[in-house]
Amino acid sequence: MNSLLRIQAVFIKELMQLKRDHMTFGMVIMIPLIQLMLFGFAINTNIRHVPVGVVDQSQSGLSRILVQTISATQVVNFSQHYLTIEEAQLAISAGEVHAVLIIPNDVSQRLVRHQSVGLGYPPASDEETSRPIAQWLVDGSDTMIAAAIKGLRNMPLAELLNKPANRSTPTFEVTLLYNPEQRTAVNIVPGLVAVILTMTMIMFTSAAIVRERERGNLEMLITTPVRSFELMLGKIIPYVFIGLVQTTIILGLGYSVFSVPINGSLFQLGAATLLFIAASLVLGLVISTIAKNQLQSMQMTIFVLLPSILLSGFMFPYEGMPLAAQYIAEALPATHFMRLIRGIVLRDVDVFNMRFDLYWLLTFTLAGLSIASLRFKKNLD
Amino acid sequence: MSLIANSELAIEARQLSRNFGSLTAIDHLDLQVEKCRIYGFLGPNGCGKTTAIRMLTGLLKPSTGSINVLGYQLPKDAEKLRLKIGYMTQKFSLYDDLTVKENLQFLAKIYGLHGKKQQLRINELLDIYGLDTKSSQLAGSMSGGQRQRLALAGAVLHKPELLFLDEPTSAVDPENRREFWEQLFDLCDQGTTILVSTHYMDEAERCHKLAILEAGIKRADGSPDELMNNMHAHVVEVVANDIRTLKQQLLLLPDVISAAQLGARLRVLISKNIYQPIEFLKQLPLSKTIKELTLVRPSLEDVFVTCTGEGRQ
Repeated sequence: MNSLLRIQAVFIKELMQLKRDHMTFGMVIMIPLIQLMLFGFAINTNIRHVPVGVVDQSQSGLSRILVQTISATQVVNFSQHYLTIEEAQLAISAGEVHAVLIIPNDVSQRLVRHQSVGLGYPPASDEETSRPIAQWLVDGSDTMIAAAIKGLRNMPLAELLNKPANRSTPTFEVTLLYNPEQRTAVNIVPGLVAVILTMTMIMFTSAAIVRERERGNLEMLITTPVRSFELMLGKIIPYVFIGLVQTTIILGLGYSVFSVPINGSLFQLGAATLLFIAASLVLGLVISTIAKNQLQSMQMTIFVLLPSILLSGFMFPYEGMPLAAQYIAEALPATHFMRLIRGIVLRDVDVFNMRFDLYWLLTFTLAGLSIASLRFKKNLD
Repeated sequence: MSLIANSELAIEARQLSRNFGSLTAIDHLDLQVEKCRIYGFLGPNGCGKTTAIRMLTGLLKPSTGSINVLGYQLPKDAEKLRLKIGYMTQKFSLYDDLTVKENLQFLAKIYGLHGKKQQLRINELLDIYGLDTKSSQLAGSMSGGQRQRLALAGAVLHKPELLFLDEPTSAVDPENRREFWEQLFDLCDQGTTILVSTHYMDEAERCHKLAILEAGIKRADGSPDELMNNMHAHVVEVVANDIRTLKQQLLLLPDVISAAQLGARLRVLISKNIYQPIEFLKQLPLSKTIKELTLVRPSLEDVFVTCTGEGRQ
């Protein structure tokens, strides 16, 4: 009874302080709003309009048609012409263009013998006669851009010669479920929930105890009968609501602006989100009991935040990472929630089939809460 | 140790020490505080007053020694003691961004007061401490005196038997200080034992009993009158032509403990090794410049000066 009253006292006090702190209150709404708009539109893994140059050694009508055909793919954007290969290489190193297409003198002979054009005789597989028709010099340091240009390697050329494109039968048929249009936003928006919750939840609570210590309130608090876990609980409950509000903003806007469907059950979504919020808040509390001042708590928050963005599968597929990195990712609550929320929102998974991620979040929360309560000693030693 | 439970002592500490690394903040302190009394810790900054109070409230563990507060062994029973003591910290430690009323409501709930009882107690406190017109003002925007009254209201909200005040008036003007002490005497009348630390002599003089601390060591204790009567020095007020030079030269004498200028006079403390201080001064070669010599009653400041002065700054 008294314990509940004390938790309520801390809870109401936190709410009051939050209400008076207009900046923080504003950030609660603005962080998800602005970041969703920013990342929803900005993050795109379908690369288009890479600026490239051309060195046209043949200066023929055919070379100009070739350039136009490549432009039509929209992968690259021919913005520069260079006279020599040396000049082109300088332009790449200066960052003017990411790649240069070198069209040789004999492009027309190469083209007629090219296997994809199909006029080649003797057989086009003969290396002596069948050669690539032109060369790309690519700045390979950015793997994404390099991959986009590598994708042009087997570009069909039939239409260059007014021939109908030969419809070859693919080896495999690929059916894309859940995101058939391959829009990046569909994957990004649910992931953003995990990233933004990690950021705001850990940040708010990591400053919680530290701030009381810095302002001298802690010396008063520890002479009162309030117990550690009552203080901890009272402090994190307001942020649970904030976390839910942020999730609603992100998924609601994701639905209305980026047409990201919410396929799964809202109840399961809510349960998984609550669990993740709890895990993040508790992690913040643990930080708060370790840090000596708010600067330290901020540094530790970022220490957790960066791997949560980079290793959790938000930006790069989990499976692509080396084993050691996967172990680290497994330890982060964000990784598990990333799987859960993408599963529920995009694939309508029954959360029971992903229960290990839930169990892990639950274990993390309970362990964290006990560590934070134990670490928070009610004395000044 | 069960003796104390029935006895008249609120606090009993024996051979209490506390080290921070190589620094000894409190050095073998013996302390006995009677119930329903105001007990003062007088000492310069850094003498260990705050450390002593923190140990007596259970916030710090002593390195050695035993503490018994209201019958509870510290630090073992610190949690049980919390409901019976109030602690007003040196720095304002309530929430600047809450109003007066919200701060008190917060504390009331922490101490298990709710509903009608809570409302009554808060109104009573607002009334006693003259905060009723300020109840919806943010604590951070109030003056030093108002904040200190709020802090006291917060510390006595749960009607503690024992109240610790750590330099409660350091940010308060003299007018408010007088009023504040009136309130302390009211509390004392109602049966609260109060332990207060200060570096103001006038405040120390108001205490029933006090201990003079320096460098973590208790140099003297007793009631202000006892301390003044048992002082190991005579106090002579000297009126002279050239006070500055006289002071310099007096301080060279081994039996002169101190000489402090008060306007046109010089207050000289002379060791009790000298039986007749007036004669002693008259015999000095520089006595020609002296116009007037009076033996006066010692003040608490004189006591303080005679028993301190060899420790750290």
